Amino acid sequence: MAVPNLSTSTTQYTKPPKSLWREIWKYRWCYLFMLPSLILTGMFTFYPIFASWYFAFLDWSGFTATRDFIGIGNFQEVIGDNLFWGAFRRSLIFTAISVPIQMLLSLIVAIVLNDKALKLAPVFRTFFFIPVVTTTAIVGIVMSFIFSPFNGPINGILVDLGIVSRPIDFLGSAATSLWTVIGVFIWKWFGITMIYWLASLQTVPSDLYEAARLDGAGRWELFRYIIFPLLVPFSIVILLITVVSSLNVFALVQTMTAGGPFYSSEVMEVYIYRTAFGTSGSVPRLGYASAAGVFFGIAVMIITVLQGLAVRGMRERQAS
Amino acid sequence: MAAQSLREAKPRPDWTKLRWWFSGNRPRLIITSLILIPICLLWIYPFLWTVSAALKSNGEIFAGLGLIPQELQWSNFPRAWTEANIGKYFINTVIITVSSVAIVVITTSMMGYVLGRYNFPGKRIVIGIFVAAVFLPQGYTIIPVFELINNLGLSGSLLGVILGTSGGSPIIFILLFTGYFSRLPRELEEAAIIDGAGFFRVFWQVMLPLSRPIIATVAIMQTLHSWNDFLLPLVLTLARPDLRTLAVGIYAFRGEFFVDWGGMAAAATISILPIIILFLFMQRYFVEGIAGAVKQ
Repeated sequence: MAVPNLSTSTTQYTKPPKSLWREIWKYRWCYLFMLPSLILTGMFTFYPIFASWYFAFLDWSGFTATRDFIGIGNFQEVIGDNLFWGAFRRSLIFTAISVPIQMLLSLIVAIVLNDKALKLAPVFRTFFFIPVVTTTAIVGIVMSFIFSPFNGPINGILVDLGIVSRPIDFLGSAATSLWTVIGVFIWKWFGITMIYWLASLQTVPSDLYEAARLDGAGRWELFRYIIFPLLVPFSIVILLITVVSSLNVFALVQTMTAGGPFYSSEVMEVYIYRTAFGTSGSVPRLGYASAAGVFFGIAVMIITVLQGLAVRGMRERQAS
Repeated sequence: MAAQSLREAKPRPDWTKLRWWFSGNRPRLIITSLILIPICLLWIYPFLWTVSAALKSNGEIFAGLGLIPQELQWSNFPRAWTEANIGKYFINTVIITVSSVAIVVITTSMMGYVLGRYNFPGKRIVIGIFVAAVFLPQGYTIIPVFELINNLGLSGSLLGVILGTSGGSPIIFILLFTGYFSRLPRELEEAAIIDGAGFFRVFWQVMLPLSRPIIATVAIMQTLHSWNDFLLPLVLTLARPDLRTLAVGIYAFRGEFFVDWGGMAAAATISILPIIILFLFMQRYFVEGIAGAVKQ
């Protein structure tokens, strides 16, 4: 975007600061156009990151004006709280179990549906995707009925088929609640991972399949030597997105079990919500909950960075 | 042309047709479909169950596994709509969704436009910060957002929820617009500039109409986000039940009328059905928007 008639007049003032201001003035419309977006993201994306750090050092209920700076007091309390570590562990279990299952199963379905000869594939794709668009909180409530031990449909089928003699209290017993929520989570978001895989599979040129088939490659060889290497770069992105989404489970857990019974399904977000807003009888403590959030956020970031380093290492090994 | 008509003219005996039917991929495709059809029906069973329960009496819902009601109980719907305030929550949700879609489409397209087409000082810094922020989980920012909206004095109106739900997700949308605008040919705006159009008119009359597919994708993704959002409206309406959205309202419904299964199922149907219908009609944009996120 060079403007010729300006450059002749500015040759004698070539001091860098002045030309920078000139540049900025020239593009003043650009800055104006960015302003609304920058204000919105500044308020609701960037400000919260820094503010939660600040709140973490306060003894503050959130509903009164008294904010006492207590240094790392909140963090010391967080580290000493068994319920925090329980929630921390359950969040990691949630991710470690749901992500591999979701990615593998949806990849298999995506490969089946990627077959151009399968005329019904778009219909199947639609069915698998429907849970993704529905309201998570409402799905959670509906699921609490579906899994109900009092004649809920799942128990109805299990008892009718003679698989179990007595209804299982899926969400009401500490042994099964977290696993049931994980199962529903995989079902709910399966479709979106499948679409990611389908999008990646469609980047494989179709003449590659033909060439491999002519060379006498079977279905497994086709996948192992043609499709799989081409999917690797996509799978890293998909893995990252899936891991991040498996940490955003508040709506489902809160509506299905609210973290219960006896905290057996309380993941990190539910713990933060409970301590921050004082639901279920406890005192609201925004400062303390912020400390828990910051602490967990750092842990997640470390895990993500380690994941990134591992991926890079793998890539370098593959390249050599 | 000649070869084709020759082939067509040749009468084909029945047995080749039969062999064609069973040769190659056919059996495999039929078996695949036969396996997938029941899986797909089971997959959406929870929604079929919900719609069916919405049309049953409270006594019938947990009485058996059949999905067809003995007698259609339409009364569940008006009861949920008025007594449980679902009507009010529905209107709140529509207002929040429509406003946030308008805010998000306008702001992200403007930002994406300048990022995609101009090389102004500081551009790379802005893009770098935005890309880094894509991977921030939302759950841990809820406390400052709650406090910010309270401090702005917006906690007593829908505006707080509208701003919060518009501000949470647009970075990926900005990147979608940036990618699209940067690929458009330069001649388009040069012609408009020669005609004497200013910066704003070039954007509004030339570039924005060209980006219709991205606008559709962004509008639909944001609709999905605002309609289905739970944590933010829950936290912002803790003290103001009249501002609840459908998701929050139905969550509260369960606590207040916990034996009215039929009313609950009707309320769930009212809130889930619009978004499923929207999806069925606009499927292409949903899928493109999501697939675009991976390809970026």
